[in-house]
Formats: sequence, structure tokens, C-alpha cells
Amino acid sequence: MSSAMSAARSDDVSAVVILLDVNPYFWGTKTSTGFTFEQFFQHVLVFINCILLLSHLNQVTVIAMGASACTFLYDSAAIDGTASGRSKRDKQPESRSTTITQKLQEFVKKDEAAETNLAPVENQFSNLSGSLSMALCYIQRILRKPTAPPQPRILCVQGFPDAPQQYIAVMNSIFSAQRCSVPIDACIVGSQHSAFLQQASHITGGIYMKPPQPEGLFQYLMMVFATDLYSRQFLQLPRSAGVDFRASCFCHKRTIDMGFVCSVCLSIFCKHHKACSTCGANFNVKKGGQKRKQPSS
Amino acid sequence: MLSVEDDGDVEAEEAGRDMEAYERAYADDRSWEDLQEDESGRLRVVDVAQQQRQHRKRVAAMAGAHIQRGIIRYLYLLVDLSRAAGEMDFRPSRMGVVANCVEAFVREFFDQNPLSHLGIITLHNGVAQCLTDLSGSPETHIRALRANLECAGDASIQNAIDLARGLLCQIPTYAHRETLLIFSALSTCDPGDILEAVRRCKDANIRCSVVGLAAEIYICKLLCEQTGGNYSVATSETHLKDLIMEHAPPPPVLAESAVASLVRMGFPQRGAEDAVALCVCHGEVKMGGGYICPCCKARVCELPTECHICGLMLVSSPHLARSYHHLFPVPHFEELEGTAMANGRESEFKLCYGCQQKLPFPGGEVSGVRLVCPRCRQHFCYDCDLYIHESLHNCPGCESISSTSSLPDLQN
Repeated sequence: MSSAMSAARSDDVSAVVILLDVNPYFWGTKTSTGFTFEQFFQHVLVFINCILLLSHLNQVTVIAMGASACTFLYDSAAIDGTASGRSKRDKQPESRSTTITQKLQEFVKKDEAAETNLAPVENQFSNLSGSLSMALCYIQRILRKPTAPPQPRILCVQGFPDAPQQYIAVMNSIFSAQRCSVPIDACIVGSQHSAFLQQASHITGGIYMKPPQPEGLFQYLMMVFATDLYSRQFLQLPRSAGVDFRASCFCHKRTIDMGFVCSVCLSIFCKHHKACSTCGANFNVKKGGQKRKQPSS
Repeated sequence: MLSVEDDGDVEAEEAGRDMEAYERAYADDRSWEDLQEDESGRLRVVDVAQQQRQHRKRVAAMAGAHIQRGIIRYLYLLVDLSRAAGEMDFRPSRMGVVANCVEAFVREFFDQNPLSHLGIITLHNGVAQCLTDLSGSPETHIRALRANLECAGDASIQNAIDLARGLLCQIPTYAHRETLLIFSALSTCDPGDILEAVRRCKDANIRCSVVGLAAEIYICKLLCEQTGGNYSVATSETHLKDLIMEHAPPPPVLAESAVASLVRMGFPQRGAEDAVALCVCHGEVKMGGGYICPCCKARVCELPTECHICGLMLVSSPHLARSYHHLFPVPHFEELEGTAMANGRESEFKLCYGCQQKLPFPGGEVSGVRLVCPRCRQHFCYDCDLYIHESLHNCPGCESISSTSSLPDLQN
């Protein structure tokens, strides 16, 4: 990798961090529609190979988000770095797909062992917030490099619906991504739209898409999400069909479109309370109950 | 909730910083010997770990105090456009410099105070004129000020604060009322008793702050002292910008003046990009975008605003969420010293949990500090620690705490 090349302008070199939903609670129930986890995983593996083939400077990192944990499955930069050392011992370096598959199997086993300790209700979601935070930490490391770093972006392939209890953490991640101008793309393979990821792609300038036919996932990934950020301006990409800006309330973690907001700490509640459970502010019932004063006209 | 005691260390440090560079003693600590050139030609400190420790200490000292802040603010910006604003000691003129600063301030203000409202009042010819009403859209204010940038006559502080007080009296009690005067003149030309006007401002709970361009003026100082504001005088253009920007973050609130209340708010959905509809705020047919009031289904162009039909306060939930990290801060990470980490679990904690970078361990090639989150017991590198606490406000380990925290314990 010549330094002249990387310094020239790295705007069409991408570092893609892919967040893969491997939640067994999702893939276990999903079989009725015909799109199985094996198919999904095959599509994604081919997609990863494709991105790496588009430019030899491209980097791909894969993070698996399971039912509660998340882990790094694959990092093309790290593998390339150690490959020389390993090939001395091994006769043949392992193929990329085998590495990812092995890591995934390890992770699923670990995740399974961890889940047995928990109530099932609690893990009915995928760990989006954790994997987003991890991805952003990793991207910070890429951006710290002294030579012109590749353009980072996050692609989130999610199947399971949103978990309202992750609301704050996901929002924090989104704002942090916005601040370092990292777009968050979202590809929804589940049946429900994801309000979190709609907001994420709206705020960070990424692409949100829910493929109507998940069986053709590879085509969607290639046509929409494989292109680098510079080339995107020349493409006709799917436009957003509205963004769900609803919030989830702090008291019951329900998604609401109208609610009460504490004026001191901005906590959201779905019902009128006497005191704020977050900051302890006491709401004067006489004043608070009458809503707001009408401006005297 | 207001605590101001634990500032001792910071003050002591600041005193050192105030010293001119030539006054400080360098010869004794031979600080140049700590520097080394790295492979890309940048200067690096030899003892990385020590330097990182010091920086963490500074950051921790700054983040110490827990202060309640007024998040919902209604602020009138009083801009002096009197004869004195035309003086050219700042380039191109005081007025031009102020306009640039105000533009930056207005954007920053709405970024940091997403639910707040701002209006602009101008002072010229001895009168105060309301240029823009309180609203939440930065572009309107900037455009209006740019279009009315002419200076004439004298400035009247009394007229300005009386006008602002009249307008601010109508807003709900849970909000924080403020004025910020950017004053170029050295005198005020008032029709009545200005002391009386200051007293009325104080009674109405309005916090008045002044940024001066010329010199310190007694009446401005009195106004700020009486109402709990800040008074500062700029010495240069960059200083002026810094002083104005200091007013962008929400100010601390005195416990007795804050009236908490629950405000009913709606979280509208954004319409599809190709839908065509009439908006209620301008009465025009608009293509794409727009937000739909969840109560009456009216369509508005911008957030935050009040629905013109049903009067519901409309905000977008990301606006609210911007300030939540103040409420649920990430715990301060602890440092792991050499011996504590080497109890047979090195292979497990070889890499930083956040960025997969190699972590330092005794005798390893990486230098620096190793940090551990007190809640999830995951190990992090110095860079991730900074990023997590300054920008991300999430601990990646705690987000998946349910399983990862139980795993290492099982193995023990």
C-alpha cells in the first residue's frame, strides 16, 4: 500500500462496519417466510467479499449482535496484519468465510450459555446499542490514523424489532456518529420497520431500506449499500418514506406520540405524574394540571 | 443541587496557567527530555502512561460538580445598533463583527438548547425595536439581523430591557427567561429611571447578561449583578466571540427560581419525501418533508414549534434525547495497575473491548494505561475511554452487561 495512493484522496475508499443480527429468537421464528439464517448468512458473506474486491484498500469489520451480547466477528485490517505471521506456521491461510463462520459459532455458543441465566422476556431484542457503541469506538480508532483514513460507515442489518429500553443508548450513539459524520445505513430483514434506525439514517445521512423481498437480500446489499460515499451522490437511492420520530416514555418504555415532558430534565412520561422519577422535581399539581397559561392577547 | 465547593484544585491550576510563559520555571523539570519523535514525525511524550493519567485527572476534576441547568430557555438577544456600533476599531466595523458572532451564537444556541426559543431586539435612535419574535428557527433570526444592519442614534438600555421584560412575562413559568445585551456604546440614553427598570427585571426573574465591546460600564455591571447574569468586556475579536459563545450552554439554575412542571408535548412523524400537502404555518403547498401533529394531524414545516391549530408543543424526540447523557452519565473508568491485571486472564483481556486495539500489559510493547469499567468490568484503552466519556456517553460493555458480566464470573 503506497502512501502516495492513500494520501491522494481516500473519499472512495470505505471502511464498512457491518452489524449483523444473529439473534436466535428472530431467526428461530422467521423460518415460516422461507428466508433462513443460512441463506441470510451466505448473502452477507458474498457481500463482504464483494466490498473487499471493489478496492484493495477497503476494510470490512463485522460485529455480531446477539440476543444480549455482541462481539467482533471479523476485521479485515487485523487479519491482513497477522496473516504473514500465521502463514509461516499454517500451510494455507484460512478462507475469509471459514474464519467468520467459526467465530460466529463460538459467539452463538457463548451467547446461548449466557442466556440460560436470564428470563426469556428480557432478551427478546437484539443488542443494537451495544454493537453501535462498539462500532463507533472502532471507527474512532480508524480515524485516529495519521495517514488519510478511509471513509467509515456503519451498515446495520437488523431483523428483530426495536427494544424501547435501548432508546437512550441508541440515541447517544446516533448523535456521536453524527458528530464525527459517520453515516449509519440500515437494512431491515425483519417484518417491522425500525424507528430507531429510521431516525439514525435520517440524522446521520445514511440510507434506510426495508427490502420488500428479503430472499433477494444480496441484490439489495450490492445495489444500495456497496457503493462508497462519494459515488452515492450519482445514484438514485431509495428515498425515505417518512421517519418515525416517536419517543419511548421512561416510565413504561412504551412508544408514544404524545406525552408529558419534565421541564427540568426533559424526561418523557406517558401519564401525568406528581414528581419526576428521574430528577426528583416536584410538579405543582395546581399549576401543572392546567397545562400552560394561554398567552394573553 | 448546586454545588460550588469542590473547585479548589481547578482554581489552583488556573492560577498557574495565568502566568506568562516566561514567568514559569522550565529549567528544572527539563520537559524537553520527555519528547521523542515517532514514525510519522510527530512529537510524542516518552512516558505515555503518566501523561494519560494526568489528562484523565484533569478531565475528572472538570466533570465533578453536578449542577442543575435550565434547559428550556427563552432568550432575547439585545443587539446595540447605535452610532457607536459603526465604529471601525473592529474590522470591518463593530456591527459587522457582532453580526458574525450573533450568527454563530444563534446556531450554537439551538444546537445546545434544542427546546429553547430566541428573539432579537435592536437598540437604535434611542428606541428598542423587536426585530424577531421568540421562535425556534435559527435561519429567521440570522436573516432578519443581516437585513437590518444599520446603525444610528443612541442606545437605550432601559427601553430594551423594558421591552424584553414585557415580552418575556408572557411565557410559561417553567421556562428560564434571559436577555443577552451586546453593547457597543459607552452611554445609555433613557427616558426614565433605569434603576427602577433593573428592579422590575429582577422581580420578573429575568437573568440579564451583558457583553461589552468598549469598556466596563457601571450600569451594565449593576444590571448583571442584580439579575444574576454575567458581565464581560471583550478585548479583541476572538475574545468577543468566546464571550458570546459562553452564553450558549444552559446556565446553572438557582434552586428557588426553578419551577418544575410537566409539559404536554407531541412527537410528530416526518412525512414521506414525495407527499404533497398544505402546511399550516405558511399556508403554502409544500412537497416532501414536513411534520404531522399527532393531535390534530395538521402539518408544520419545522420543529420545535407550537401547533397553530391545537396549540400542542411539537418537538422531535431526537431534540430531547440530545441532553439525556447528562442524566445517565457513564461511570468513571478505573485504572488497572500492573499487578492487578496479570491474574491469568490476560488472554481474555488482551484487546480493548471497544476498538480491539492491543492493550498495554507489563512487559508488552504497548505503553499507556489500561482502564476498566466499574460496572461491566470490561477493559478499555485510553483513547476509547476519552471517546466514551466525551462523545459517545455509552459504555459498550454495559450495553451488553446481561451476559458478558456473568461470563467472566462463571469462569472464576
